[in-house]
Amino acid sequence: MTDGTAETDGTAETAETDDTAEIYGSGRPEAVGTGFFASVDDVLDQLAEAGYLASTAVATTVFLADRLGKPLLVEGPAGVGKTELAKAVARVGGARLVRLQCYEGIDESRALYEWNHAKQLLRITAGRDEAWDDARSDIFSEEFLLTRPLLTAIRGDEPTVLLIDETDKADVEVEGLLLEVLSDFQVTVPELGTITATRRPFTVLTSNATRELSEALRRRCLFLHLDFPDAELEQRIVRLRVPGLDATLADSLVRVVGALREMDLRKAPSVAETIDWARTLLALGADTLDESVVRDSLGVILKHQDDIEKAARKLTLV
Amino acid sequence: MTPAAGGGGRADAGVLPGSRDSPSRRDSPGRRDSPGSQVPPASPLAARLTAFVRTLRGHGIRIGPAETVDAAAVLAVLGLADRERIREGLAAALLRADRQRAVFDTAFELYFPLGVGELAGTRGAPAADRDDLRDRLARALAANDAAALTRLAGEAVDLLGRYGSPGADGWSAHQTLDRLRPQTLLARILAAQRAGGEGGAGGGSGLGSGSGAGADSAGRGGAGSGAGSGGFTDRLDADEIRRRIEDFRKRVGSEARRRVAERRGAELIAERGIAPSADQVDFLVASREQLVELRRTVQPLARKLATRLAARRRRAARGSIDIRRTLRRSLSTGGVPLRPAYRRHRPARPEIVLLCDVSGSVAGFANFTMLLVQAMRDQFSKVRVYAFVNRVDEVTDLVTTGEADPVELGRRIATEATVSGWHGSSDYGTALGEFAERHLDAVGPRTSVIVLGDARTNGFDPNAAALRRVAARARRVHWLNPESPSQWSTGDSAAHVYAEIVDMHACRNARRLGELVTRLLPV
Repeated sequence: MTDGTAETDGTAETAETDDTAEIYGSGRPEAVGTGFFASVDDVLDQLAEAGYLASTAVATTVFLADRLGKPLLVEGPAGVGKTELAKAVARVGGARLVRLQCYEGIDESRALYEWNHAKQLLRITAGRDEAWDDARSDIFSEEFLLTRPLLTAIRGDEPTVLLIDETDKADVEVEGLLLEVLSDFQVTVPELGTITATRRPFTVLTSNATRELSEALRRRCLFLHLDFPDAELEQRIVRLRVPGLDATLADSLVRVVGALREMDLRKAPSVAETIDWARTLLALGADTLDESVVRDSLGVILKHQDDIEKAARKLTLV
Repeated sequence: MTPAAGGGGRADAGVLPGSRDSPSRRDSPGRRDSPGSQVPPASPLAARLTAFVRTLRGHGIRIGPAETVDAAAVLAVLGLADRERIREGLAAALLRADRQRAVFDTAFELYFPLGVGELAGTRGAPAADRDDLRDRLARALAANDAAALTRLAGEAVDLLGRYGSPGADGWSAHQTLDRLRPQTLLARILAAQRAGGEGGAGGGSGLGSGSGAGADSAGRGGAGSGAGSGGFTDRLDADEIRRRIEDFRKRVGSEARRRVAERRGAELIAERGIAPSADQVDFLVASREQLVELRRTVQPLARKLATRLAARRRRAARGSIDIRRTLRRSLSTGGVPLRPAYRRHRPARPEIVLLCDVSGSVAGFANFTMLLVQAMRDQFSKVRVYAFVNRVDEVTDLVTTGEADPVELGRRIATEATVSGWHGSSDYGTALGEFAERHLDAVGPRTSVIVLGDARTNGFDPNAAALRRVAARARRVHWLNPESPSQWSTGDSAAHVYAEIVDMHACRNARRLGELVTRLLPV
């Protein structure tokens, strides 16, 4: 496809475009999947080695995303390890992590690519006597292209994990931009032609569900709802992250956090906060949970005053 | 490897079942049961998958052929060995939002059942009687042994849930639970755990029966409830046991559905036996449990709506270029207007007046909306809530204080506010008249009035003039009607009379309410 586009441009830039097309590779990628994992159990083991304890749902979906070569849309409350999952996969696969942090107002030039206008101006000024055709073919070459995360992830030959973080924060127009990238893993730069990935990146999109992502984007992804882990898994996570903590204390701590999550709070404590709490207790030198310890350290896991009061009532601390 | 799975062949495969590179029937280790893989629909697994997808579609989950093919590719890649993995894999391929998960799980239990007939674990078990079952259930609940609980649910349905005569028989979850009464075990389990030593014994039995979690969960059963934790977490025991009992009731429900589906066909049971997800429940027919379920969605929904309103507000704040200030600014850059200055409007936050019919028929809808608006109160400069049946009274204080529970709120409004006069049926004309007479000062040029109700006047005069007076004073008046437009102005409904004066919107479930709130509210 890339070759086709290039050859039909019967102008002076043909030679240039042809070259770049060869550099970037063409046609359909050989293997669809990213091939990081051999089986679901392999996912579990390798992620655990990389310090990420996965549930069945996570392991299965990661394996499928790896095998089917589809992007993975991870949705869930803040602090359950959505971003961490992408990082862990990158560690396991020995892949470089390319991260696109979305925010309101992000656009093509921040997500995809941009021409380096200042450098182009310099180039034109430097070659004053040169014919326009030469200058034109030169300033739209790779040297003057600033690649942004999406293009970077697609161009490389090495294994890549592409993390598109907080997709829901971006405007709806950016989703349209993502569609081409995520369905065919290709990017069209009008001056250069279509650039297709030689090696598909393992793509993770995260979302806090503050906005509904469009149906079209969702359909291109495998969907994973990442919720708070069950008590057993969370206990293992705490023990892995805070090795010095007493097992009984870790158990009580996870149970209290579980009870808090069942309550109707403004912000339920996340896994990150459980770990923070565990570290706090370790630093305080507490070996069991009792009323005074919990009352003093409740601020570590709950971030709103009315939540703290509500929880204190529930746990009969007052 | 299935190289074609993610590629361009997908869409074709959905349309042309015979196309060569359809991933659904590629040579795969997991597909043992489909030897004749030339025509996919002939394979029982493909037929089951498509029936499963049809059922999900019937429950309002939009799934295209491409997703069905993805799901087939998932089955091919994962094989059929591990049911939980297949469940998660299919969910990843077919679902697009977490709210669809409850429907998916129930349907999954029907189309990919745990087993056929009695469960494998129960076949060898002695024909236990009810007391024995309760003993074992108490132990399993104390140890939180998932595998044992599933097994016990199977036994319980088999033993206690059967009804009818041979030929016209079935299994009833309701009857099972009514006879087994698992909720009465709570006190007993707690007493056993308080006794300390027995807590350890409970943990031991959990270990013996080998749950999936292995030693971890069993150790927790013992340590958490025993004397080791110093007693602080003891206060959580009751709630945790209660949750486990609730979980057991669900297991019994799905087990009974599975047994019935085996007899009558999964399609039939799936069509009738799956509850819609909470945000799609019709307000007017929602049961008590569904209202409780809805209550849980108030906070997240309010957060989501606040984000959308904030985004709209930001966009609205962008103004046109302010020539005078731009020129002045350009002086510092030698007369070149490098940084344009914008005229910004700082819109004042809107005021909201809610006017709610709280008579029996629409109370669930009104209470939910009141709580939602209350949860979003920091988005508005002022919120005032009025309730009526046939008289109007301000209930802002009742909504603001106290627990966010719709049922409780309804009760307090009924007892503490004057919402009805000498009879108990709703009368829109009188109520609107009284509002226009006594409370019109709450409505100003910045106020959006939202009326909630089905506009069923019980034959009384609709009093359109009163609504006109309110509409003339307010910035906007919106009417949210929980009935579908086809029912408007049937019987005693005066919907179209009111719809001529104000915008009336049908609002039958929580999802629709969310859409309306983002669209209608001013920023």
